[in-house]
Amino acid sequence: MRLYAIAIYLFLYSPIAIIVLFSFNAGRHASDFTGLSVKWYGKVLSNPFAMEALTTSLTVALASAIFASVFGTMAALGLQKVKGRVRVVYDAAIYVAIMIPGIVIGIATLIALVTAFKFLNPALQEFWPSWLGNVPKLNMGYTSLIGAHTMFTMALVIVIVRSRAAGMDRALIEASADLYATPWGTFWQITFPQIFPAILAGFLLSFTFSFDDFIIAFFVAGTETTLPIYVFSSIRRGVTPEINAIGTMVLLTSLALLVAAQFLLRYRDRQSSKINS
Amino acid sequence: MRVSSKDSVVSFQNVWKRYGEVIAASNLNLDVQSGEFLSFLGPSGCGKTTTLRMIAGFDQPSEGDVILKGKRVNGVPAFKRPVNMVFQHYALFPHLNVADNVAYGLKQRSPRPPSKEIESRVSESLELVQLAGYQNRRIWEMSGGQQQRVALARALINKPEVLLLDEPLAALDRKLRREMQIELQNLQRNVGITFILVTHDQEEALSMSDRVCIMREGEIIQVGSPRELYDNPLNRYIADFIGKSNFFDGVVQKSSANDLEIRLNNGAQIVAANSRQHNTYASAAPVTISIRPEQLMLSRRVSQLPDEKAIVINAAVRNRIFLGEHTEYLLYNEQFGEFLALSPRQNEIGEPPFEVNEDIHISWNQEATLVLNHD
Repeated sequence: MRLYAIAIYLFLYSPIAIIVLFSFNAGRHASDFTGLSVKWYGKVLSNPFAMEALTTSLTVALASAIFASVFGTMAALGLQKVKGRVRVVYDAAIYVAIMIPGIVIGIATLIALVTAFKFLNPALQEFWPSWLGNVPKLNMGYTSLIGAHTMFTMALVIVIVRSRAAGMDRALIEASADLYATPWGTFWQITFPQIFPAILAGFLLSFTFSFDDFIIAFFVAGTETTLPIYVFSSIRRGVTPEINAIGTMVLLTSLALLVAAQFLLRYRDRQSSKINS
Repeated sequence: MRVSSKDSVVSFQNVWKRYGEVIAASNLNLDVQSGEFLSFLGPSGCGKTTTLRMIAGFDQPSEGDVILKGKRVNGVPAFKRPVNMVFQHYALFPHLNVADNVAYGLKQRSPRPPSKEIESRVSESLELVQLAGYQNRRIWEMSGGQQQRVALARALINKPEVLLLDEPLAALDRKLRREMQIELQNLQRNVGITFILVTHDQEEALSMSDRVCIMREGEIIQVGSPRELYDNPLNRYIADFIGKSNFFDGVVQKSSANDLEIRLNNGAQIVAANSRQHNTYASAAPVTISIRPEQLMLSRRVSQLPDEKAIVINAAVRNRIFLGEHTEYLLYNEQFGEFLALSPRQNEIGEPPFEVNEDIHISWNQEATLVLNHD
């Protein structure tokens, strides 16, 4: 049994371990390990294309994580007041949004946006007031990337924040109202601090998902290149230790963010259990 | 509309609360006097918490008026009412320390009092609940009893017209609960604020309150001082709920202004005082007799019993339970059936306790026999 478990973990993690190992390879070829070096990291960091892709990825991840956190939190709090059948429908819709394969979201978003642009662009051409300057042309790019990622990651934030908000003692809200706080005051002084770790965890997860996403980005990025897209296109020219270095860095960043998110979710649990005991 | 008396701080006038089909409060009429300690007592689901929440403003009446300090407050939200509540599980804010919890109400005021004043009032009210110097503690560092005191300080700092307490002692262990009962009572006398307490613990209600309001199924059954309720319960439900009692069913045989002759279903004939003059009983009207176990006097020799106007019967000891300050006997008499008696320890001085199967004499005063309506 123990051997079996070891075999499974080896199977799962050895490819990743190999990538990390070979990112430190002094030689050029993946096939022979010629010694330790960090020169590929330096190479990546001075590669303007990789850096531009990184900037795009970070911008998109940051923006979509912010949007997802804000709207996801609002949706989660709003949904608390919804009861009965309507609630079931909403709940199902949220879980479906999480489970739908990325490729479906990618294609669906692409088709929807292209169709919308087809109607909107001529309309803009027609009705754009001249004093506002040149007519903008809607296109795939940053906005469509951020939009698609927000849509996908917002469901995550809703699930996380809602479970935290549901676990919150309703009496705290009542106690705050009893002590003369207006509903708005109660939100900022009580509800928000209570659910803040969940919002932050949702933000970090959204950031990670958006940063790592290849499939959805591939469809809706237009002419933009995110880091995963850059890696994908360079790999077609052969796996270099440079790619391994990127992979290792992305891996470590993602892991760090996931651990941080987990920690935030656990931290609040510990605090509230301390009070109840 | 009924005019509530000048002194009443809270007044319910024909208040109903319905949740769909369920009636949580039905036709409540009650005046709470300023400065009194009133308890709502009843089993869970009797409507006592709903009543409290209607004063706090968390629930609104479906019908009728809730009057606070002479003002109708129907529809006024909780944050605009000059009352404060101590919640069942305290509902302290876990992300704030003790001082910030206590200061919370003051900080919502507009204009907000200067921080110097807030600080001094926080330490004042912490002193009041004997937690001086605990300002910087986290909530989870406090024991249950201390959390309770923080909750009290947090409410009292606002000098509310009424302090509402929702089963505040339920989460404490027995000994601590007793201590807190005494402390709450003293606190109430010191601050002079009206306290309204909700509890299902009759001992708690009786020991602390000036008046107790007994509720059942959304209705107020009887309101009175603890002594009134104990000595003169309106019906069997209250006699059963407040303290222990022996009940005997019977029918009225003869009724006069002062006395009632009653024949119990098991055969005994007894005469009881007609304490409620307003009750005139038809012949053969079914009634219940209640006799408190501590009103019974137990003795081996008839000569030891006071004789005047006392009823004396024989009984066999069926069971004996030692309860510390007194001994509880389960007794049997053919014409009464089984009943309980409490014998205080001083009766055992120079006299060994009664043994099981021993035949002894029981007596009680006519005034101890309560005649209750069938409810």
